[in-house]
Amino acid sequence: MSDTKRFLYVNRKAPHGTIYALESLEVVLIGAAFEQDVSLAFLDDGVFQLIKKQATTGIGVKNFAPVYRALGDYDVKKIFVERESLEERGLSEDDLMEITHENDDEEDVSSVEIVDRARMAEIMAAQDVILSF
Amino acid sequence: MKIGVVVNEGPYTHQASDTAYQFTKASLEKGHEIYRVFFYHDGVNNATRLTVPPQDERNVQRNWSELAEKYQLDLVVCIAAAQRRGILDDSEAKRHGKGDGAANLAPGFRISGLGQLIESGIQSDRLVVFGD
Amino acid sequence: MSTLHTVNKSPFDRGSLESALAHALPGDAVLLIEDAVVGARSAAARIAEVLKAAMPACSLYVLGPDLSARGIPTTDVIDGMTVVDYAGFVDLVTGHDKTQAWL
Repeated sequence: MSDTKRFLYVNRKAPHGTIYALESLEVVLIGAAFEQDVSLAFLDDGVFQLIKKQATTGIGVKNFAPVYRALGDYDVKKIFVERESLEERGLSEDDLMEITHENDDEEDVSSVEIVDRARMAEIMAAQDVILSF
Repeated sequence: MKIGVVVNEGPYTHQASDTAYQFTKASLEKGHEIYRVFFYHDGVNNATRLTVPPQDERNVQRNWSELAEKYQLDLVVCIAAAQRRGILDDSEAKRHGKGDGAANLAPGFRISGLGQLIESGIQSDRLVVFGD
Repeated sequence: MSTLHTVNKSPFDRGSLESALAHALPGDAVLLIEDAVVGARSAAARIAEVLKAAMPACSLYVLGPDLSARGIPTTDVIDGMTVVDYAGFVDLVTGHDKTQAWL
């Protein structure tokens, strides 16, 4: 009997207008210590959480975007971004920040995978626990 | 079955806490075990003992406290979210120099880390999230 | 592996219902609670069509106490949707492998 479960964190909200993106990220970081099988999903307005060059000084709020780039250090290696959500918002993969992790050969490889909606639905279906905020 | 509940919104503005309460109560009445109710984001505001709603309205905090007493529920408030929003137990109030009597954590609730949420996901057969 | 999807926002205001339906797989269930129940009225043609289109594959439910609170009689609910109470909500949670909240 294994205590390892497949955890998916679903992010559907844009950052900064509400605290959900930041406090969800805090759960992911803490959760990393539990050595579960963790994936992150970004869809709908959640794709805006991964946009490059977020500059928050103008709104007087701490910029937590760099934390996403450190996810690899927390052994979070599976980040799925929904293609249709990007396209509906006029975005492409090039607009997203680079998030990498070290593979078994100690090479930096991308943690981000762009998936279509049907694949996203399968990824969701394959989980044991889905946390959405 | 073992069910974990997560509450992401505070009382009164959103229905989330009320729905979570009705769901938790119905689960218990059906004989299920509630492994834990975890309060996160503005959900930590359900745990202040200082709310004074009008007499003819439900008291969301008291509902939770009474349910916890009746069924020995584990009501856990996230410490990081609670500190941001001014929900303190005795030791946290002392540690941050907020003065005597500043603690406002209601009976039946305890403050702990986010690990308690992950643990609830691991240990529960089902995790149900209520929010905005 | 089947999933119970819960939706709590009005489909006239947010995209969460349509997003949930777009990601629900055959055999899944979708439960409308809180403000989402305003989308369960058969007279609201556009949303009713969206829900009906999902029906052959997924079972659709709506929380009765939330309908009543909003003055929506169960007779107004789209044919084929099932009205449940909180106990029924609990049965839906335990009857599916997991629950996904479309917040």
